[in-house]
Amino acid sequence: MTSRTGRSRDSGFYQMICAENLTKKFDDFLAVDGVNLQVFPGQVLVLLGPNGAGKTTTVRMLTSVLKPTRGRALVAGYDVEREAEQVRFNIGVLTEHHGLYARMNAQEYLEFFGKLYRLELKQIRRRAEELLHRFGLFEDRFRRLGEFSKGMRQKLALVRALLHDPPVLLLDEPTSAMDPESARAVRDAIASLRSGDRTIMLCTHNLSEAEELADQVAIIRRGRIILSDTLENIKQNVLGPAEFQATFSKSLDGWSADLPEGVVLTERGANWLRFRVQDPPGTNPELLRMLSARMEMVTFQELPRSLEKAYLEVMRRAVIEEGNLAQ
Amino acid sequence: MLNNLRPVFIIASREIRDQLRDWRIIFPVVGLTLFFPFLMNFTAQQMLGFVQKYGATIVGERLVPFLLMIVGFFPISVSLVIALESFVGEKERGSIEPLLNTPLQDWQLYLGKLLSSTVPPLTSSFLGMAVYLGGLRIQNIPWPETPMMILIVLLTIVQAIVMVSGAVVVSCQATSVRAANLLASFIVIPVALLIQGESILMFWGTYSTLWWAVFGLMVMAALLVRVGLAHFQREELLGREIDVLNARWIWRVFKKSFWGDVRSLADWYRFEISKTIRSMRISILITFVLALVGILLGADLIHQFFIPLDQESLAELDERIGLLVKAWPVFAVKPVMSIWWQNVRVLILAMVLGTFSFSILGVLPLMASMGAVGYLMALLTVNGIPAVTTLAFILPHAVIEVPAAILATAAILRAGVIMGTPTPDRTVGEVWIESIAIWTKIMAGVVIPMLLLAAAIEAWITPRLALLLVK
Repeated sequence: MTSRTGRSRDSGFYQMICAENLTKKFDDFLAVDGVNLQVFPGQVLVLLGPNGAGKTTTVRMLTSVLKPTRGRALVAGYDVEREAEQVRFNIGVLTEHHGLYARMNAQEYLEFFGKLYRLELKQIRRRAEELLHRFGLFEDRFRRLGEFSKGMRQKLALVRALLHDPPVLLLDEPTSAMDPESARAVRDAIASLRSGDRTIMLCTHNLSEAEELADQVAIIRRGRIILSDTLENIKQNVLGPAEFQATFSKSLDGWSADLPEGVVLTERGANWLRFRVQDPPGTNPELLRMLSARMEMVTFQELPRSLEKAYLEVMRRAVIEEGNLAQ
Repeated sequence: MLNNLRPVFIIASREIRDQLRDWRIIFPVVGLTLFFPFLMNFTAQQMLGFVQKYGATIVGERLVPFLLMIVGFFPISVSLVIALESFVGEKERGSIEPLLNTPLQDWQLYLGKLLSSTVPPLTSSFLGMAVYLGGLRIQNIPWPETPMMILIVLLTIVQAIVMVSGAVVVSCQATSVRAANLLASFIVIPVALLIQGESILMFWGTYSTLWWAVFGLMVMAALLVRVGLAHFQREELLGREIDVLNARWIWRVFKKSFWGDVRSLADWYRFEISKTIRSMRISILITFVLALVGILLGADLIHQFFIPLDQESLAELDERIGLLVKAWPVFAVKPVMSIWWQNVRVLILAMVLGTFSFSILGVLPLMASMGAVGYLMALLTVNGIPAVTTLAFILPHAVIEVPAAILATAAILRAGVIMGTPTPDRTVGEVWIESIAIWTKIMAGVVIPMLLLAAAIEAWITPRLALLLVK
């Protein structure tokens, strides 16, 4: 494990979030079971999983709110158990329930939290103005929070998390209550926050959001990380080699051909064919030559391999595996 | 230090500002501050006029400070509502987690909440009292004397702190506002009894006792704050969602503390009981000192409550002991069981009292018993009974009975100490069950058998020995 004062931190390659065998048990219920995570500066880790999988419990352990039953974790180089105060200074958290104070206005609310982070009033006001502008809330800064819409509340909660400019952001369902426009604004903001040394951990059910933002994806089920890798590797490992579709100008009645090695015909339609290609850069030129020699080809494109497909496949395999273990 | 207190004031000022924007809090507070004192002024004027007609001026004199106390108390009852929802209300509204994620330390958050629940109702109390006193001045009714007013102000402050600190403890441990309101009866009932007691003392005019009430409440407030801080856990606020009574879990915790890891009764005595008694060393020492203090205080009472025993009564002493010897024949079980049960139930009462007072009231039965012994010994000695004879009336069974009572009381005292000690890995419920298990262990393993033996000696041997010495 990386030490806060160790060489790796000085060299700039230390992990901003590092969890080792992180486990949480509530009485007899094992909520999180031996989670290992490593997130480096500038990376976005998306934690995916069904409801009750242990995402929020993991986040709460990383924010030093829950004490791990076993294992340990460092956030921004600080131990979540022994250096809780330092951890909290270095994180910005958007919780599942944004929980704003209805009788306060946005400006008061941000000033209150800013003071808790020991920021100077001038600094809070400058930062609040900048962030409120960025999230389109500046005009509403003196309105009571009780009058805010769900999306506005969510955005303000995000502003609160960013107020002290933390190096680590832990976001639990950041766009869950937002209209598409606001969700887009928040996603753009998250994407822009990724730059520099800031590390983001995002818990979401929204797979397209995850796909858009993630550098790394960890899939959690029943408290265990069942898969963790980069987005591309997950797609490659779970869904197999890339698939391509060739569309022709005419019907393919009676079409057959000897395909190059490493190419498998997976599906066919009236005027299209789908191939799985083991080594696209090496094989595609030959495949293209062969197909266009026989018929007039309109398009040849790679089929998008969605994270959703990969996620569902991982979950399906996990269910089967659990069934086998139970037997 | 001041820098560390800054977050406390940030939390408190936000909460107070929030309360001042809530008409549900403002309306009763304004009503109790501005209108209620006038009503009390009117009541005082009418009552004074009425009682003066019949020359009962003393009733009027006592009524004026009593109403001042009531005017001060009513607004602080609002503090209970505010404090009860301080943590659990935020938990229900989902606003507690962002707060828990800030670099606040637990004690800062706790004290901030405590302060914010205490200051507005207390300010309102003082305003109400000022309005009431102003009314008295206008009506030309003399104010209570300054020491009395200081006493009432102090009583109001400590009552507010006791109520708020108790309610904040409840709020931290409850899973919902509803549960907190249900648990509030543990605060409302004792405070209602306290107010009744204070009212009686005020009309009785025993003001010195009220100073003791102030002192007792201050100790209670300090203990409640200490217990609240010791058991405040961020984790508990978020981790616990349901409050179904889990009998299996309770039994498991109790059994583990009661029985430990041993396999046989002999091992239980050898390892568990001896380990528990060793862990109670300081509590035993304190209880022993308190028992001695009880004896000395009891003996001292002879100066205030001396009863001269005439020579005839003393001459009849052997006759009376003889009657006792006849009534309690050797090996008769009934007198033994009566004595034993009397002692056991006193110790159970001590435990019940200790449970609701962080052990403070739990030591009173022992001190009172020891006081009675001290008084009796002093009375007999002063009346000319030789000390050896007096000791013979007590010593044969007391040698066993008193150590047993000291052990049981020490276990109660220890329970209070455990409750006030930070236990980050255990909940307040767990600690409470453990302390009850420890007391039960000491009672079942040591005290009850010792008391049985002491009762047998008291019924079968002591009277006969006393008779022998008196003759």
